Amino acid sequence: MIDTLRLTAEGAKDLLNRKEVSGDELFAVYLAAIGERDPELHCYLHVCEDPGGAGIPIALKDVIGTRGIPTTAGSKILQGYVPVYDATVATRCKEHGLRVLGKTNTDEFAMGSSTENSAYGPTHNPWDPTRVPGGSGGGSAAAVSAGLAPWALGSDTGGSIKQPSALCGNVGLRPTYGTVSRYGIVAFASSLDQVGPVAKTVRDCAFLYSVIAGRDPCDSTTVESPEVVLPTGDDLKGLRVGVPRELNEHEAIEPGVRKAVEHAIELCRQLGAEVGECSLPRSVDFGLPCYYLIAPAEASSNLARYDGVRYGYRSSNSADRLDMYKHTRDEGFGDEPKRRILVGTYALSAGYYDAYYGQAQKVRTVIAREHAQAFENFDVLVTPTSPTIAFELGGRTADPLAMYASDLLTIPSCMAGLPGLNVPCGLSEGLPVGLQLIGPQFAENTLFRVGHALEQAIGFDFVPERLR
Amino acid sequence: MTEISRELLLHVAHLARLELREDELVRLEGQLNDILAAVSKVAELDLSDVPPTSHPLDVVNVWGEDEPRPGLSVEDALANAPERGGDFFKVPPGGGAA
Repeated sequence: MIDTLRLTAEGAKDLLNRKEVSGDELFAVYLAAIGERDPELHCYLHVCEDPGGAGIPIALKDVIGTRGIPTTAGSKILQGYVPVYDATVATRCKEHGLRVLGKTNTDEFAMGSSTENSAYGPTHNPWDPTRVPGGSGGGSAAAVSAGLAPWALGSDTGGSIKQPSALCGNVGLRPTYGTVSRYGIVAFASSLDQVGPVAKTVRDCAFLYSVIAGRDPCDSTTVESPEVVLPTGDDLKGLRVGVPRELNEHEAIEPGVRKAVEHAIELCRQLGAEVGECSLPRSVDFGLPCYYLIAPAEASSNLARYDGVRYGYRSSNSADRLDMYKHTRDEGFGDEPKRRILVGTYALSAGYYDAYYGQAQKVRTVIAREHAQAFENFDVLVTPTSPTIAFELGGRTADPLAMYASDLLTIPSCMAGLPGLNVPCGLSEGLPVGLQLIGPQFAENTLFRVGHALEQAIGFDFVPERLR
Repeated sequence: MTEISRELLLHVAHLARLELREDELVRLEGQLNDILAAVSKVAELDLSDVPPTSHPLDVVNVWGEDEPRPGLSVEDALANAPERGGDFFKVPPGGGAA
């Protein structure tokens, strides 16, 4: 009997290689788990029929365009949209024989930190269903954590892979900007959006990253990246670990989170790393405001395409074309996309551009420089991923600024285009705490090495306690 | 920083092609002003000598081969159209410019 809660993708591959289970049987086992637990958790917006093939099942966040499979980005404005082509990452998964189990829930257009902004209702955290799974990729994270997929793809603009991975106890990678194609992905903020893997172990995460990474002629922002090395070592000898003060001592960090992270930092020392303090003086205080100008500005431009003409929802309540655009967008978008479209349109409009968007782009330079300086002395930086453990459903929905603060610690490195890996580092009040590892651009292999060594030393049990 | 008045909000909503209902206007006006007050923090830094970052990687000009290849078929392109007329997307007639 296969226990999908425990089975890693690597373990699934072994079972397939040894012919202890067929691809069809494995897919069916996951469908059964979805049938059993997804009515409570709501990780999936769409579950697929077995597409066949020899490989391991995978779940894809519903911002990833999939030919013949509905893709909604969690929005009513894309209800019923069925892409006529595959995103490059979906193509690469299929080329590796991976079978798409379904499309996972997301905050509408990946805008949010709790998956509560989905037009199709929230996802629940498998560790405690009264709490959020994080967001925007809460569906992918919760699905992996609840054994409803061995691994999944997410997308990350300001923390949408790392933060839900932290809240659900997964390993999640936001890769270096430009290493993974965005062709066929529903765009949110193009200078920030990245696709990345969510998995139970660092080795699974690294392997899935190797499947999707690489230059794509269909996405001119992609570059070649170093070959992925699956981590095997269990020491950190010769490695310099930096602890940025501002991201580890921020007042928003809960004591339980701080304690688990400090324990992980101590383990780095015990594993042979040289640990030192460093400073990113303006990256935290100015990262959040900088992000919440640049991301909405780019979103306001990207979301202009939803006009009721070529695909998606169209309002029937209109006298003429201009009226049709306006009603379609008012009826099709939820509150959060509207807020961001309005903030972004305002920040880009004549007379305000320099003070808002222009200034935010300069702050972005400051943040990138601060990180570059830190990496002159350190190979990797460690911080909490989320300042808090998973919060109650509904706890932050009335106050957009409180929700935005969920990404306080994940945003700065995103602004600098740096890779970040979430590794579970313990529990606080019975819920997972995530450690964020940040590296220089293209240092994914370093993150995998550190993550793997810590994973062995920490011995975190990734199966939610209530499901054991 | 400028406070977003009802008039300015309606102007921005028009630029964004959003027809906001009265209840949305009431809710959004307060929220947008809170958000703008928070993000206006970026103005605290004097960055007159700092260049802007528009893209995180140091890459310039990516060229592709200028070779014709098949694109979407007409049927595929129109497959998700809310309304089609022959081989075209069909939309309601004109309406105000701007």
